[in-house]
Amino acid sequence: MIEKLIFYVFAALLIGSATMVIVSRQSVRAAFFLIVAFCASAVLWMLLSAEFLALLLIFVYVGAVMTLFMFVVMMLNLDQESLQEKFVRYLPFAVLLVALMVGVLVYAMKPGHLGELGLAISPHPSADYSNTKALGLLLYTHYVYAFELAAVILLIAIVAAIGLTHREKSRNKRQRIDAQLAATKADRLQILQLEAEK
Amino acid sequence: MVTLTDYLIVGAILFGLSLAGMIINRKNLIIVLMSVELMLLAVNMNFIAFSSFLQDPRGQIFVFFILAVAAAETAIGLAILIILFRHRQSINVTDLDTLKG
Repeated sequence: MIEKLIFYVFAALLIGSATMVIVSRQSVRAAFFLIVAFCASAVLWMLLSAEFLALLLIFVYVGAVMTLFMFVVMMLNLDQESLQEKFVRYLPFAVLLVALMVGVLVYAMKPGHLGELGLAISPHPSADYSNTKALGLLLYTHYVYAFELAAVILLIAIVAAIGLTHREKSRNKRQRIDAQLAATKADRLQILQLEAEK
Repeated sequence: MVTLTDYLIVGAILFGLSLAGMIINRKNLIIVLMSVELMLLAVNMNFIAFSSFLQDPRGQIFVFFILAVAAAETAIGLAILIILFRHRQSINVTDLDTLKG
């Protein structure tokens, strides 16, 4: 009973904050609602006894990715008036498309269509079961190549993000070897004829 | 008790909302990127629900990789957004019509 209550409270919070993300006009407000949505879905994942991924979602997404979003939102000097234009033009099309799609999905996911899984209640693993240990055992044996590929993808992301946004500084103090080699004595040295004191 | 269908319906509604967000936000590219994040979250929700009800942790391994790829995608997407803003002084989606001819 308490599980059902937690599920409905946090599912409502998740859907409500997701709605606020897409309808809010200010990017900062949308980012804050996205943080709420991530936290609510982390609670739902906890209910499904996926503790490792729930904590990973909070650490990586709320801690790192949303910070990145916040940095970008605050770094760009956005013209707020031009962003606040009404979005009613595409609203009927969007509502129709989404209602159709969600309707088909909800119909397809009726408990009768899922076989015996549709009637099952969410299983609770035994007290000595460790979700993190089970994931680690699979990840470092069967999926170790995929794991290394994921590391390579993250490395590529770092290199690409730095390479895309890096700007050559106009006043950097780099050594210019060609200019040094091309310099002649006449450029650098000036001999003054001083009048000798008597 | 909470059944698999409940989790799948939450995932479907979340996916639909993020699709609507991509359609109606023609002015702000940052919110479109946030909708992509929400869409991946909806997919992950389905993966974890099935993984938990089938008692097979391999679905959660898949979610792990989706999270890694999504983090990389966000970093590169925001980098592209920054250079776009530097060149155009705007992140308006309707301004990006160079390929329209």
